[in-house]
Amino acid sequence: MADVIELQNVEKSFTKGRETVDVLLGINLAVKEGDFLALMGPSGSGKTTLLNIIGGIDHATNGEAVVAGQNLNRMNSRQLARWRAAHIGFVFQFYNLLPVLNARRNVELPLLLTKLSAKQRRKNSETALAIVGLSDRARHKPGELSGGQQQRVAIARAIVADAPILVCDEPTGDLDRDTAGEILDLLEILNRDHGKTIVMVTHDPKAAEHASHVLHLDKGRLALEKAA
Amino acid sequence: MSAFGLLWANLHRRPVRTYLTLLSVLVAFLLFTLLRTIAVWFEGAGYDAASNRLVVTAKYSIIDLLPIRHADAIRAVDGVEAVTHQTWFGGNYQDPRNFFPKYPVEPRAWFDMNPEFVIDPEHVEAFESIRTGAVVPVSLMERYGWKIGDIIPIEADIYPMRDGNRLWQFDLVGSYTMDSDMEPSLFLFHYDYFDKARSHSTGTVGWFTVRIADPEQAAEVASAIDGLFENSLNPVKTATEDEFGRAFAAQLGNVGLMATGILGAVFFTILLLTANTMAQALRERVPELAVLKTLGFSDAWVAMLVLGESVLLCVLGGLLGIGLTVLLAPAIDAVIASTGFGAFVLYWPAVGAGVGVAVLLGLLVGWPPARLANRLTIADALRRS
Repeated sequence: MADVIELQNVEKSFTKGRETVDVLLGINLAVKEGDFLALMGPSGSGKTTLLNIIGGIDHATNGEAVVAGQNLNRMNSRQLARWRAAHIGFVFQFYNLLPVLNARRNVELPLLLTKLSAKQRRKNSETALAIVGLSDRARHKPGELSGGQQQRVAIARAIVADAPILVCDEPTGDLDRDTAGEILDLLEILNRDHGKTIVMVTHDPKAAEHASHVLHLDKGRLALEKAA
Repeated sequence: MSAFGLLWANLHRRPVRTYLTLLSVLVAFLLFTLLRTIAVWFEGAGYDAASNRLVVTAKYSIIDLLPIRHADAIRAVDGVEAVTHQTWFGGNYQDPRNFFPKYPVEPRAWFDMNPEFVIDPEHVEAFESIRTGAVVPVSLMERYGWKIGDIIPIEADIYPMRDGNRLWQFDLVGSYTMDSDMEPSLFLFHYDYFDKARSHSTGTVGWFTVRIADPEQAAEVASAIDGLFENSLNPVKTATEDEFGRAFAAQLGNVGLMATGILGAVFFTILLLTANTMAQALRERVPELAVLKTLGFSDAWVAMLVLGESVLLCVLGGLLGIGLTVLLAPAIDAVIASTGFGAFVLYWPAVGAGVGVAVLLGLLVGWPPARLANRLTIADALRRS
């Protein structure tokens, strides 16, 4: 399998007033197509920043980030937006669904950027909801769903446009153990049966056990690699 | 779902806040259309002014009376075709709330001078031959249930009769209409009867109306008339009917300026209120906007979404306010017509301008939050959530 994510000497620093904080220091990383990678590490280690760079929502200060064949450092914000829509599905810890839309419409959101007809958009979003097992909750708004159900809707939204890479930031961080297990099983199915490449940030060693690779990040450096 | 569906759904995020804002915009645009129409009406559009008629009033105040003998001198001025007069009588019919203007006039000369008032020749004949005769518009007859042959009692306030009696009685001998959609309300009666029966000011009139041969010569004729009486005890001021209408309205104050002032204050308040609502809505939704950008919506798309909400809110409120004005116009017209000051005709350019102002208001109010939404960086916004 080819590398779908390649990071070479990626560095990221933030400037706050006169102070510069180095968050990522010389990260080298290669993720093959179809991998399920878990990124672990203590708070402030740079996991989310690394995830943001892989997902194309933040630029590396130095180094090269080539994801899905594109050098992200060379793309402007408009190109990145278009690229994200086509290649990346995001799953957040707190689901980040739009409270004014029902489940189906939340899932349909990324399809507004495609040329699909309204009928096709509706059909695709219903299929995505069926994959995550929430067909019967299509008309429910996020406030009417449990945390686990909201996260399933978020996953449906991440896969509806058939993005090959899923970027998950603490997807089980707000869920109880049983529900978290269900979400992780679902991610595993998407990885195994649908061929999605998954990069997941987690604090939870149990969650990391579902990944095929686990990387530890500490103080901005990749500390250890472990095959799951 | 479409982009508009998303925009619409966002407006319903906090329905109470949205509806209250909508209501404030609605009231602002109701005022906008009404006040602009009223201002235009006061500026003269409400008068059915003819370009070939001049109005001659006392120089210093419209309430000063003029000697009727001025008519002969005016008639002799070059370019003058005809002269007639009218006088403000005042008075009440049964109740002071039953207001309509009452003018003593020269029957035939007055209708000749004002051909837009359409009357049956037989009614003019009767009006001329019966000294206590009066003619009224058909609408006034309908309003008070009068019919030809009725005796109409009017209680005088300015002009009691010679014997001190304040109750004048007029024989209703005819009716008239207008050749336009203006609503007439003048109660016209015989000047000769009035002049001989009144207790004071005999031989005077309120103002003259002069028909001229060439409207292009209006300024010259007016100047010649003014010159005739310049050194007399009763100097006059002559103006075209249109100018007279404006000057009459100006006595009530500069309505245009007042309307503009009120509108300015209302719109400034609405601008602040709506801007505050939009800013608040944006603050609440920073993470959501970041999520949209994460999903692949461009900065410009997200900014347009925020701007679109603002424009939609203002245009909706504006259209509702303007629509309400259109619905209320007939009722306002009825009230104004009952005062005898003409008709309230909706000023359609104000309606068109209202829609334009609503869009502009939406853009003004939505621009700052849209700009912020455009500049929002995903990583920062998600960190804040």
